[in-house]
Amino acid sequence: MAETPVLQVERLTMRYGEGCPHCKDHLEKNRCTVCGTVWAANDISLEVYPGEVLGIVGESGSGKSTLMQSLYFDLIPTEGKAYLQNYGEGKKNIWDASPLEKRKIRNNIMGMVYQNPVRGLRMDYSAASNIAEKIIAAGSRNAGQMTARAEELLEAVEILTSRMKEAPKNFSGGMQQRVQISKALANNPSLLLLDEVTTGLDLSVQARVLDLIRKIKAKYGISILLVSHDLAVIRMLADRTIVMLDGKIIESGLTDQILEDPQHAYTQQLVHSLL
Amino acid sequence: MEILKIENLAKNFYLHNAKKEIHSCQNINFTLEQGQFIGIVGLSGAGKSTILKCIHRTYLASTGKITYQSEAFGEVELTTAPERQILFLRKNEIGYVSQFLNVMPRTTAREHVMNALLERGVDAAEAKEKAEAMLRYFRLPEPLWDLYPNTFSGGERLRLNLAHTMVKQPRLMLLDEPTASLDNKTKILVKDMLMQLKEKGTSMIGIFHDLEFMDGLCDKVFNISEGTFQ
Repeated sequence: MAETPVLQVERLTMRYGEGCPHCKDHLEKNRCTVCGTVWAANDISLEVYPGEVLGIVGESGSGKSTLMQSLYFDLIPTEGKAYLQNYGEGKKNIWDASPLEKRKIRNNIMGMVYQNPVRGLRMDYSAASNIAEKIIAAGSRNAGQMTARAEELLEAVEILTSRMKEAPKNFSGGMQQRVQISKALANNPSLLLLDEVTTGLDLSVQARVLDLIRKIKAKYGISILLVSHDLAVIRMLADRTIVMLDGKIIESGLTDQILEDPQHAYTQQLVHSLL
Repeated sequence: MEILKIENLAKNFYLHNAKKEIHSCQNINFTLEQGQFIGIVGLSGAGKSTILKCIHRTYLASTGKITYQSEAFGEVELTTAPERQILFLRKNEIGYVSQFLNVMPRTTAREHVMNALLERGVDAAEAKEKAEAMLRYFRLPEPLWDLYPNTFSGGERLRLNLAHTMVKQPRLMLLDEPTASLDNKTKILVKDMLMQLKEKGTSMIGIFHDLEFMDGLCDKVFNISEGTFQ
């Protein structure tokens, strides 16, 4: 079955430092003991297919967020290529795009939800303005359409439209996360990047956000790259899962296979630590 | 027509922390014809579930081949097929029922069964109708349909599990002790449903402890002990 991936990442590497000929054989975790270079992401390749959720698990410092932030242009990787089905017919490396093209990709093709809503929202602007900002960035200037879209999206994430003029700083953590999700969906992206979106939320709010993500996937047929260190979240949502350690992919497979028949020592340790 | 062929299947688990290899099923060989029902019996820990999980690709086979005749793809080697192909087969052709229920939080019983069809692209009205028919068939009381299943009894959860898998009418069903916590009345119901599926041409492999249940249902029964067929 020949499918075209929505996203294809080839050999993404992000290093802090110049690197040296010894780096490859002298890494202690992800740091070269000879030159001190830190390899935050080391030779990462992956594909995300239409309508699927690809889960990424790993401990803090494993490179999960480096990958996400590189894809959303918050970081520019040292090496590597990434292709989006909806950019340059899937043949142009997004990291070679001009600043204007990068803004277009961020606004039209991808949506990002950060672990900390402060990074994704303007806390003093209203919830509706946060969504409108994204729509304006994509080129629309019709106030009526923007309001209607903000209402539709806030309803989709179960936030009362009567509260759309309130600023997210007055919302709970779960509500802020839901506003972020609605903002990320504003321009119908084909790929949603979710970086630890349920971390720090209490269990009932977490369940609500998970349920919302599942519904969004079903309703919009969107592809999702889901970073989490919570295996229960991964089990619930991800079709396939990648395990990262010290900046590298150490194992990948079907989610139930990763959780029930892990092959790598670290993955076994991770699964055995599951409460 | 042969729908599944298993050749020299073996599964070992290497536990890194204990530096130890556990040998589960070894040298398993059998074929399953379309519409045939194969039963596997054996003591706990004998390796019964391991065989089913290798077919479902929840476990990676250590050695051997599992060849499946797919409606969509023709001959598929399940141990090495691409993950996306396995996901397609699970969604459309191969069903797995266990005694454990895995439901999204805040998902009602009705939604859980509907989701099995919605993810295949069936429209909402048709999915609802089929889901309700299946819930009714398995006699899950109607007042429970809009409740979250984490409050259900073992038997109710299992009936929901069966409804979730059977609503998809898979070509190949893998049944991992699905009747373990059912009362006799529900067992008869499940047996009747399985007989109907078999008559329609569904091929099945089932693990049961209840030999009486298997009587008249299974075309072949394999007894597994210490990982090998006796």
